[in-house]
Amino acid sequence: MAIKTLIQAVHDTLVDEMRRDERMMLLGEDVGARGGVFRATMGMLDEFGPERVLDTPLDECLIAGVAIGMALDDLRPVAEMQFADFIFPAFNQIVSEAAKIRYRSNGDFCVPMVIRAPYGGGVHGALYHSQSVEAFFAHVPGLKVVAPSTAHDTKGMLTQAIEDPDPVLFFEHKKTYRLIKDEVPDERYTIPFGKAAVRRKGSDLTCVSYGLMQHLCAEAAERLSADGIEVEVIDLRSIYPLDMDTVLESVGKTNKAMIVYEDTRFLGVGAEVSAQIAEKALFELDGPIVRIGAPHVPAMPYSPTLEHWFMLDTDRIEQEMRKLAEF
Amino acid sequence: MIDRRTLPSRKEQNGQMTEKVVLKERGESWLRTMVRGRLFEQSLGELYERGELVGVVHLSIGLEATAAGVCSNLRKGDQITSTHRGHNHMIARGLEPERMFAEILGRSTGYCGGKGGSMHVANFELGSVGANGIVGAGVPMAAGLGVAAQKLGTGNVAVAFCGDGAANQGVVWESLNLAALWKIPVIFVCENNGFSEFTPTDRVTAGPGIADRAIGYGVSGVVVDGTNVGAVSAVAEGAIDRARSGEGPTFIETRAERWRGHHEGEESYVGTYRETKEFKDPIVQLIQEMDAAGLDGSLLYEKIHAEEKDLIERSLAVAQQAPLPELSTALEDVFS
Repeated sequence: MAIKTLIQAVHDTLVDEMRRDERMMLLGEDVGARGGVFRATMGMLDEFGPERVLDTPLDECLIAGVAIGMALDDLRPVAEMQFADFIFPAFNQIVSEAAKIRYRSNGDFCVPMVIRAPYGGGVHGALYHSQSVEAFFAHVPGLKVVAPSTAHDTKGMLTQAIEDPDPVLFFEHKKTYRLIKDEVPDERYTIPFGKAAVRRKGSDLTCVSYGLMQHLCAEAAERLSADGIEVEVIDLRSIYPLDMDTVLESVGKTNKAMIVYEDTRFLGVGAEVSAQIAEKALFELDGPIVRIGAPHVPAMPYSPTLEHWFMLDTDRIEQEMRKLAEF
Repeated sequence: MIDRRTLPSRKEQNGQMTEKVVLKERGESWLRTMVRGRLFEQSLGELYERGELVGVVHLSIGLEATAAGVCSNLRKGDQITSTHRGHNHMIARGLEPERMFAEILGRSTGYCGGKGGSMHVANFELGSVGANGIVGAGVPMAAGLGVAAQKLGTGNVAVAFCGDGAANQGVVWESLNLAALWKIPVIFVCENNGFSEFTPTDRVTAGPGIADRAIGYGVSGVVVDGTNVGAVSAVAEGAIDRARSGEGPTFIETRAERWRGHHEGEESYVGTYRETKEFKDPIVQLIQEMDAAGLDGSLLYEKIHAEEKDLIERSLAVAQQAPLPELSTALEDVFS
């Protein structure tokens, strides 16, 4: 057992899996010689060689398409999109091809591919280094979309993603890379997708989130606890498959629900979670379902004041929690 | 300074006669493949005309020589990615007309259980990861299949079929760039049939020719008469051999005219957008070459035509009797 940052967990898991399975290959922009812009693949070119650690052109559509082709022939490609913001040229390959191949071939062939991408804001990345893109992909049947929030989960879920016979979009919040540290067991383990984690027990309010937001929610919940309000904090971990059982069980107990996400509020993950709560637990509710997400502006603005306005923080989450608790 | 003498060149492989020894060895097989493809598609055209097809079909009548010429040089384990105009590629790769008909008729016995239809017929075992309804989308996957062959040391190659329309999709050239850099065993086969859907290709495609674009990537661009199966095969054979032996990709542009419209039934709303004329027929051309070489192509054609007509009719009859898929299958194979 060791304390690791989230990015260390990504790195070490990739190394472990590369050692374990020769079919696994890493590909992406600057993943080899540079070791990735966040150093997720640092040292891997030296250990595994250019045969398995592939520096590609700056060409996301190609990266995804080539990874699909490799996966079709039973390799285990793990592709890196340097930033989630850059994934859109690959949208066609991921959505039109990877997501549909098992279905359109009636189960004849499949795409055991992982696409890793750092997402999220709060790092002064502005328009094209800050976006949350999970909702676009979670909307597409045939894709698994996950976003771990701890180093422990990162190891278990990345191992699961590499083992998984379906295409997995593995979103890592770039602000958590070095901010978040926790205990990571040495032995190999997987965390199945579609199983949320209850980060904090509580009886007064259910707060659902994932990624960086989960940490802010837990922090806000601690502040409310000082005043005797106990918030149950649920970390979805995987967006699709979505563990509504854990959410509904909690709402059945607290009778109040809020969803906190960094992505655009409109039609984001929170829209789906709140719709399902309304469909399945309406009469359990003692207050409106509250969604907190990004404002409806096209991009994360650059100036620190504007970025701060755009990004959620613990104070704003705390305020919303108190309002709902008092409802 | 670039030494222009070392740059790959554009080659024209038009109009040459296929050697008698090659015709003797391969002529019958080419003829059979092309006749099967022709009859299969004519049959689809009739079904469409009679309103018996649920979906749309894009026929490749007139383009059979590219499919037959290229695929006759492939072996088990090689893979192709195809286009929305892919029936002949599938036939030439050895997929069975019966299961193809069944797929296009939406039957459970189709290659994709009725989930794909005409534009998505596929079978991994037989070396076809499929027709594809998105123009150019199969090309990077073919490059990826080539990378897999390279990494696994299988000696297999991948063929990326695309059309002149795809020549204006960036990913085709993105793929060629990587294929050239990594010497990926992938062959690019661009069927230039003169029309990007409904628009004359020269109106939307800059430059002296599509194959010429490959030269910029350091890859040989070869233009070949797409109605001459022997010529296509000769070019493809060389390209496939080079790819297999680690020398990387070749870009082949085959030129042959599409006899039919972009898709069947288009006349009901598109109207006339091209002149009516006689098209060159790759089947007739092969028969004539075989006749001239003393191989009695005409007689062979009569025999093959009768056999294949029988096969196509029987296949269609079986497919038409096949059951529609159970509704429960619509929920299957979304995930593992």
